[in-house]
Amino acid sequence: MALPTYAGPLERTWYYGFRIFCGLIFFFLMAPILVIIPLSFNVQPYFTYTREMLTLDPAGFSMRWYNAFWNSTAWMNAIRNSLIVGVSATLIATVLGTLAALGLSRREMPFRGLIMGLLISPMIVPLIISAAGMFFFYSSVGLAGTFPGVILAHAALGTPFVIITVTATLVGFDHSLTRAAASLGASPATAFRKITMPLILPGVISGALFAFITSFDEIVIVLFLAGVEQRTIPREMWSGIRESISPTILAVATILVMFSIALLTTIELLRRRSERLRGMAPQ
Amino acid sequence: MAGNRGTVQSMVSVSSAADDQSFVRFHNVQKSYDGETLVVKNLNLDIARGEFLTMLGPSGSGKTTCLMMLAGFENATHGEIRLKGQRIDNVPPHKRDIGMVFQNYALFPHMTVAENLAFPLKVRSIAKAEIAERVKKVLDMVKLGHLGNRMPAQLSGGQQQRVAVARALVFEPTLVLMDEPLGALDKNLREQMQYEIKHIHEGLGVTIVYVTHDQSEALTMSNRIAVFEDGVIQQLASPADLYERPQNAFVASFIGENNRLPGKVESLNGKDCGVRLADGSLIRALPVNVSGQGDATTLSLRPERVRINPDSGTDNTFEAKVEELIYLGDHIRTRVNVCGNDEFIIKVPNSEQNGQLAAGETVRVGWSAQDCRALDA
Repeated sequence: MALPTYAGPLERTWYYGFRIFCGLIFFFLMAPILVIIPLSFNVQPYFTYTREMLTLDPAGFSMRWYNAFWNSTAWMNAIRNSLIVGVSATLIATVLGTLAALGLSRREMPFRGLIMGLLISPMIVPLIISAAGMFFFYSSVGLAGTFPGVILAHAALGTPFVIITVTATLVGFDHSLTRAAASLGASPATAFRKITMPLILPGVISGALFAFITSFDEIVIVLFLAGVEQRTIPREMWSGIRESISPTILAVATILVMFSIALLTTIELLRRRSERLRGMAPQ
Repeated sequence: MAGNRGTVQSMVSVSSAADDQSFVRFHNVQKSYDGETLVVKNLNLDIARGEFLTMLGPSGSGKTTCLMMLAGFENATHGEIRLKGQRIDNVPPHKRDIGMVFQNYALFPHMTVAENLAFPLKVRSIAKAEIAERVKKVLDMVKLGHLGNRMPAQLSGGQQQRVAVARALVFEPTLVLMDEPLGALDKNLREQMQYEIKHIHEGLGVTIVYVTHDQSEALTMSNRIAVFEDGVIQQLASPADLYERPQNAFVASFIGENNRLPGKVESLNGKDCGVRLADGSLIRALPVNVSGQGDATTLSLRPERVRINPDSGTDNTFEAKVEELIYLGDHIRTRVNVCGNDEFIIKVPNSEQNGQLAAGETVRVGWSAQDCRALDA
C-alpha cells in the first residue's frame, strides 16, 4: 500500500514510523536465532564473535562443532530418542486428535463444548503443572523413566493441536459428501478413506507437524519424566549449557532451526493447498 | 381443514400400482425428531415401477424427511418402508442401491468429473475397462462428453447439476431420489434441466422420487404429485387432476392461482350446491368437500375459468367493477370487485375477441358451477 499523494506530515510520519516499528519487532524476534548461526561455525570454543569472523577471514570458520556433534554418541542418542518419542507421540496424537475432531464436529454430540475444553486443556494448563502431575501419576503406575511414559505425555500435549487444526478443516466440510458416498454404495469405512480423509488431510498433516514440533522441543516434561535412557535433544542441550559449555549446541541449534523452517514451509504449503480445495467445495 | 384430512388420506392410500407388490411402499410411516411432534404423520404411499413421483409441499411439510427415510439417512419412528417388496428399514444406505441427487450436488471436490462418475462403479469392484465405458456413456447422455477431466469447481452450476444426475444414474439403480436438485439454478436453466430430467426418465425407465417446493416444476415433470402439508399427504394425483380437481382448500391454493370465496352451504344435492356469501350473493358450485347444509366452505375458482360478458345460460353471473388491469403480454390480469370481494382475479386472454377493459368500468362476469369447487373452510 503506497502512501497516497495527498498525505499530510502526520500521515507520513505514521506511515514510516509504523514500518520502522514492524522492522524492529522482526529484529527482536529473529536476531537471537540468526546470531547463533555464524557462531556455530566458530573455530574457537567461545560463544562470541572473534576478529577473524568479523573480517570474514576463512580461517575464522570451521565445521569442527558439526563434526563434534556427528561424532558424539550422546548427541546421536539424543537425536534417536527425540525421533522415537516425537514420531510415536505424533502418531498417537494424530489418530486420537482426528477421531476426537470428527466426533466433536457431529451435531448430535452431547456436551461438545465441555469435552472440547477438556481435550484442549493440556495446551492451556501451565506445562510445569502438567509435568508435575504426570510425574506423580506416572511414577505410581511405573511409567516414569520409560519411553512409553514420555511418549504418552507428549501425545497428550500434541493432541490439542491436531484437534484444533482438524476441527478448523471440518468447518468447511460438506457433510452431504459422506451421504452422497453412502448413496453411491460406499461403506462408512470406504467413504472415510476415499472422501473424508483426502479432504481433511491438510488439517491432519499440519496438526501432526505441530504435535511433532511440540514433542521435539519439549523440555519440562522430559526433565520430570525421562530417565538417562530417554535423553532427548532439548534435554541434551540443557545439560550442554549447564554442565559442559561447548559450541556444539550452537551447531545443534542451527540444524534445528533449519529443520523447523522446513517443517513450517511444509505447513504453509499444505495450508495453501487446503484453501485451494476449500475454494472448490460446492457452495 | 383438519377434519377433512383423514378422508383425503384414506383416498390416497389406495394403490395406483396395478400389481399387489408396488415398487416402493410407505406403510403407516411416522417420523418424530424429538419424540413429541410428528414431522410425518402416518404416511401411506405406493409408488409404481417406472413412475416419476413428486413430493411437493412448503418447507417443513415433511417431504424431505420422507425422501431421507427412503434413502436411509433418517430412521422411521414407526411403520415400514418396502422396496420391491423387501423391507429396507434395516438396510444401511450404502446397501440400498438407490441413486440420489442432492440439493447442493455433493460432487466430490477432490476428484475429476470422470472420477466422480467412476466412484460408485469402483466401490462395486467393476472391471476398469467397463468403468471407462460406462462413464463415457453416461457423460454422453448428459452431453458432457468433453468435460471428463475437469474438476467440479471448474464447471458451471448447470454442468455440475448434470454430473450429479449422471453420477446417480451410472450404477444403474432402479430407484433415483432427487432432493430439490434444481433449486440453485437460474430460471431458464432450470426449465431446460426439467425437460432433460424428464427425457432421461422416459428414456431409461427408472423410478424417480423427486422433492420440490416449486409447483410448476412438479407439474412439468411428474406422473403423479403428492402434495405434502403438515406431515400429511393432502392429495395424490396426476398434475392435471391436481390442478383441475383439487380436493381441499390447501391444495387449491398451493397449486396455481385461485380465487377463494368463503361462504356457507345453503342447499345441497348430489351434483350441485348453493353457497351464500357474506354479502348475500348466492353461488352455484360443485360440492367436493362439504357434507351438509350450514357447513362453512371455501369456494375455489381458477382465474382463467371466469368469462367476461358470459353467455346467457351460464350458472353464475354477477356484476363486477374493474379495479386494476395488469398487462402481462399473453394475458391481462384483471382485478375486479365481485360479490363483495375485491381480490378477485380474472385472466383475460390477450386476443381480438376481448375488447379493451378500463379500470372503474362495470362488466358482467360469469362462471360455470362445475369450475367453482366448494372445498373445506
